[in-house]
Order: sequence, then C-alpha cells, then structure tokens
Amino acid sequence: MEKILILGSGLAGYSLAREIRAIDESIELRMITADAGDFYSKPMLSNGLAQGKQSHDLINATAETMSERLKMSIDSNCRVTTIDSEHQRVVTDQGERSYTSLVLALGAQPIIPAMRGDAEQHRITVNSLYDYHRFRQQLPAPPAHVAIIGPGLIGCEFANDLLGQGYQVSLIGPDPHPISTLLPAITGEALQQAMTEAGAHWHLQQTAAIMDQSEQGYRLTLTDASTIDCDLVLSAVGLLPQMQLAAEAGLKTARGVVTDRLLRTSNERIYALGDCAEVAGFNLPYVMPIMNAARALAKTLTGQPSEVVYPAMPVVIKTPLHPIVIAPPQRGAAGDWQNHQDQQGTECLFHDPQGQLSGFVLSGKYVERKQALTKQLPPLLPATA
Amino acid sequence: MKKYQCIVCGFIYDEAEGLPEEGIAAGTRWGDIPDDWECPECGVSKADFEMVEMVA
Repeated sequence: MEKILILGSGLAGYSLAREIRAIDESIELRMITADAGDFYSKPMLSNGLAQGKQSHDLINATAETMSERLKMSIDSNCRVTTIDSEHQRVVTDQGERSYTSLVLALGAQPIIPAMRGDAEQHRITVNSLYDYHRFRQQLPAPPAHVAIIGPGLIGCEFANDLLGQGYQVSLIGPDPHPISTLLPAITGEALQQAMTEAGAHWHLQQTAAIMDQSEQGYRLTLTDASTIDCDLVLSAVGLLPQMQLAAEAGLKTARGVVTDRLLRTSNERIYALGDCAEVAGFNLPYVMPIMNAARALAKTLTGQPSEVVYPAMPVVIKTPLHPIVIAPPQRGAAGDWQNHQDQQGTECLFHDPQGQLSGFVLSGKYVERKQALTKQLPPLLPATA
Repeated sequence: MKKYQCIVCGFIYDEAEGLPEEGIAAGTRWGDIPDDWECPECGVSKADFEMVEMVA
C-alpha cells in the first residue's frame, strides 16, 4: 500500500497535500509537524499590523479542519528525531511512522548571529505563526521603538509595517543599503529614502554587538560604539534551510536538501520541496516556486512522474512606502544591468550578451511594468522535450 | 462590487478596479474571470481566493 508521509505543515506541505488530493482521493496521506499544524498565510506575517491581524486572524483553517478536508492524519506538536531510510520509517517523539514515499517540507530557520549582553536571548524572530503570536504579545503600543537587526527583505517589510502604525523604527546591518543582496544601490537607496521620510532610522555598515537590559527595555551597542535604546529587538538576518535531519540520514545537501527536477533527493524514496530544498540548483524560498513544485510532485507521487517547470517568477517585496518587484537573473549569468532612476522610481534591467532580458528590478511607479516585462523573461527551468 | 483575497499571499482582487494590466477590465465580476486564472503575485489558482469584503 502506498503511504505518503509529509514532514512539515507550512505552505509546501499543505500545498502538496491539496494537489495530491485533487488527483487521488484515496491514497494514504499523513503529515507530521512540530507546529500546531494550523494553515496560515506566512507572507502575511510581515504585513499583519497594517491588515489589523492578530495571530489567530491569520489562521485560514485549523489542523483539525485541514485533516478533515484533506482526509489526512496530522500529528501535531510532533518532532521527528531520525529518518530511518533503510526501513522506510521516521522516528518521532510520538512513536514511529512508516512510509513508502517521504516528503521533506521542513522550511528554513532564522539565523541568529552571536551577540553579547545580558539580554541577547530576548531577540525576537518571526518565522512562524507562533513567533508572530509572541511578537504581537511583546510589542508595546505605538510609538514604542523597535530595533530591527537585518535591513533585508523581511526586515524592511516589518519596518514598513511598523512605521505605518506609528512605531519608531531603527534598522541595523552591515549592508551599504537596504536589501543589498537583491537590490542595486539606486533601488535600495530609493527605498531607504522613502522609509526615512516615514521616520525610519538607519544604522548601516555596522552590526549590533551587545544587547543589554535597560530602563526603557533594551540597549543595543553597535560596532561603532553608538547605542540604541528601544522597547523590542527584532532579528531578521536571514534564513537557513532545515537540512539537519536530511544530512543525518545521509542525504546529499548543499544550499538546501539537494533534489533533481522530480524533487527526488539522493534517496529515491525521499523527496523535498519548499524552503528546505535545492531543486536542480535553485533554493528559492518564495511562494511561486513552492506552488509549481507541489503541482509537479503531486503528479509524480500519484504515478505520473513529472519534472518541475519554473516559469519566470518575480518576487513582490511588500514595502508600500516604495513598492518593489524583483526577478533576479540566475547566479553567475553573463550580462549587463541598465539602471534608470527618476521621480517615479527605479527601473533596472538585466540583459544577457544576446540582448535577451533575463532579470529586472522595478520600484515605485515602475512596478506597473511587472506583467509586461515578465512575459519577456525566459523560464528559470523550462519544460524538457 | 466585491473584493477577493488570495489565502496564500494576501493579494486582493477588487472587482471595481479589475486588473487592466492583465486584460481584466475594471468592473469585471469574480465569476467572469476564467477558472484557469492565477494569482498574479504567487501563482495560486482562482479556487484559492476567498471573498473578504463587500464594497457599497
């Protein structure tokens, strides 16, 4: 009897279950999750304030409802300790579960850089619904001061959300400009200016070294010895794919659990998708790649092996103070950026040596060009003949 | 006129505004959008949207 076991109840795990059920109503499905297992919109965690959402408002369906809807057993609050691939079973703190196909949909975990100080363990990260619940509980009323360590995509989204509700916000990081790993300087600086006008304070090209308790709440000491007094410290330095279980089970890992285009790991009975996976060389922790991978894997697991196809998949950065959409060129791709800036925003286009558009960054009013430009982009992983 | 929200990414389709850049005219009813239409931000299917708001 086929028995599909999914580890993880995030968007990857639930999307796969839904896609499988759309094809096959009877195949045995089980999910194991360390969380409560409620289905929620993770992208909305970083703009929940503007939407007036408490953590429970973000739950689309409880684990119980999802279990009924998908005819799937769900082991909630259950931790997997070992994958025993030889005997096709996993060992958990609630007992053993067997499988014929195992799917790793484990997500990614926040990077917590080393810091000194008597309050460094009070840093908050928001990478799950439970984290968001804690964040909202600890967040005092505006105009409290929130320091955000990490001026990247998630840090800037949270900053924008907090600024919109009247909070004071400071952003700290070694980067020369915000979201420096994804944005050219002119776009990052345009975002920085828009957020500065809304009240953001920037402490760039330095890091937070010490976090102590203070009268107000916390005091951060930066590498240039300046200090920031604040009520809450949010850490948004980046995410690392969850690879430990896979590595311990002897699966190949790199920038994620390595899979081929069938989402199959180095063990033919074990698959991976979502933020924990490196699919045909790509680790793409965004919604669209997950939906595409889930559709392909659902077919594969129900008897119709299907390679994942990635169209061009632009990513919208939720910074309404200065909206941004990016479609990064492939790593190491040859070509040139042509960057344009005016009062409306920025438009940066990447062309390969043949003159083909192969990436873009749009901001401000230029985000309206997203649809038209996306049509010109080649697919990331085209269909094979 | 009604609004529909993508349960995955929070994108909102507003019937009053339509999506002119996708060829969906302002005022297009949700029911008149093809079933194979996908969320322009995250790619989920039309079935993954929920009505969120009535607009007078």
